[in-house]
Amino acid sequence: MMFDLKNVSFSYEETEREPEYEKRGKKINIDETLIPSKVFAVENLNFTIKKGEFVAIVGRNGSGKSTCAKLLNGLLLPENGTVIVDSFDTKNSEFIWEIRSRVGMVFQNPDNQIIGTTVEEDVAFGPENLGVPYFEMVERVNSAIETVGLSDHKSREPHLLSGGQKQRVAIAGILAMKPKCIVLDEATAMLDPIGRREVIKVITKLNKEHNITVVLITHHMDEVAKAQRAILIDKGKMVFDGTPGELFSHREEVYEAGLETPQVSQLFYLLNKEEGFNLPEDTIDVDTACARLEALLKGDNHVH
Amino acid sequence: MKPSIGQYIPGNSILHKSDPRTKLVMTVLYMVAVMFIDTFLGYGVATLFLIISVIASRIPVKMVLKSLKPLVFIVAFTVLLNIFFQKGETLLLSVWIIEIYLEGILFAVKMAIRIIILVAGASLLTFTTSSISLTDGLERLMSPLAVIRFPAHDIAMMMSIALRFIPTFTEETDRIMKAQSSRGAEFDTGSFMQKIKSFIPVIIPLIISAFRRAEDLAVAMESRCYRGGKGRTRFRMLKFSWCDAVISCFMIAFFAVIIIFKL
Repeated sequence: MMFDLKNVSFSYEETEREPEYEKRGKKINIDETLIPSKVFAVENLNFTIKKGEFVAIVGRNGSGKSTCAKLLNGLLLPENGTVIVDSFDTKNSEFIWEIRSRVGMVFQNPDNQIIGTTVEEDVAFGPENLGVPYFEMVERVNSAIETVGLSDHKSREPHLLSGGQKQRVAIAGILAMKPKCIVLDEATAMLDPIGRREVIKVITKLNKEHNITVVLITHHMDEVAKAQRAILIDKGKMVFDGTPGELFSHREEVYEAGLETPQVSQLFYLLNKEEGFNLPEDTIDVDTACARLEALLKGDNHVH
Repeated sequence: MKPSIGQYIPGNSILHKSDPRTKLVMTVLYMVAVMFIDTFLGYGVATLFLIISVIASRIPVKMVLKSLKPLVFIVAFTVLLNIFFQKGETLLLSVWIIEIYLEGILFAVKMAIRIIILVAGASLLTFTTSSISLTDGLERLMSPLAVIRFPAHDIAMMMSIALRFIPTFTEETDRIMKAQSSRGAEFDTGSFMQKIKSFIPVIIPLIISAFRRAEDLAVAMESRCYRGGKGRTRFRMLKFSWCDAVISCFMIAFFAVIIIFKL
């Protein structure tokens, strides 16, 4: 078991200014007007993720999905409940570096996570911290850079790279630490479609060929389709857990959570609703959709 | 980009290839030696060694001279000060209260040569050493100071992160300036004070964004297991090579000449 979350809750204090005080127009101590209130970012989460799985965690902005990511490598510690990562409890500070070397994180902003002045140096940052000996480090760095397909850019400066390339550098930096799992915390949110495709391609490859567990946190439904399993989170609670196909056929829940199903499953839904067809709404990728429509047009109604 | 004092010029010369520690130590020793030299012959020797070094570095002489340009004012000021106020024995000219002595003139010339040599020597170091390897060299040289709890690693890490973020912040400044101009801000009109004031709406967002980036970066570093310099290995290895031996011998020859002949 890679991750095991049991009754996990996490809250942060939100300070709001009480409106009454502002109306009075008197000079008052600012501290008095700030009323702290507890807001749960994540409430009572229960799920497990197996080794080698490719899981997408989806939810709209503020749904608690990012908090969930930070709980997975001990950047945040659960207020209630336990997070077990590869048999280590994140609350036990003795194992925190064990956990972080196993669970790599790619963050949203590509510019704010590159530390080295060249691509190689940045990839080497993790192994340096782990105290990997020089010759092994060079080997790890080279193979990590090759895996993400940036061999031609090894000694380039990071600010000269595109967004997608920067995120691949960040992935390589994690790979060089030989992790068991990569968590991508909205890593594609700031990328253009090409950059997004590059990143998804790399992580799919890592999951398939290197058997690395991937947790993809996103609000792009097209990316969810690439995963084996989808977890939908809204208002800090888990709303759905199943395959992407199943998620897309639960249209109502997805809409309620403030998201949209991908275009193909929307198309099939509308065709079913408006035209009375009986197309499977769990269709997730364009190729399958084409095949199913083609079969339909050829007069074969048994499209399942 | 305008070449300025100490801008790194990539190259493949013996000076470029040698270890930054060697260059740092030798430059400091050279500067100390120059401070002690007191004869024209000594300055001649120091200049000769400097010229040989410049040739060996394959840095265009033009660049070195350009780097000395900002010195014109300081040199002129020092020279004039010394000519007018240095007292001596051989009076050359006496007009009103101004007395110019031969010793004064000679001393002024020595001072001028000294300043020029010092700056040229220091900029030769930065011409041939990238800022990142300079940081590495400094860290290694300062690492024995860890005994007295001097945070050599932390300082070097801060410097290298600062260097990494310079282009990012340049881009950001440009973006903010464009955003503010599109809202009607003017940056190059008005008086000096107005110009300074017009930069406030650029600098404040820049500082706020810097803090935000710093926070993100800290989280990213922590999740990549960064926990200070302890137990860390290095990817950028510093290695002494034959280049360092050659440079060291060359400089030892210089120090020997200076000390033996008491120049």
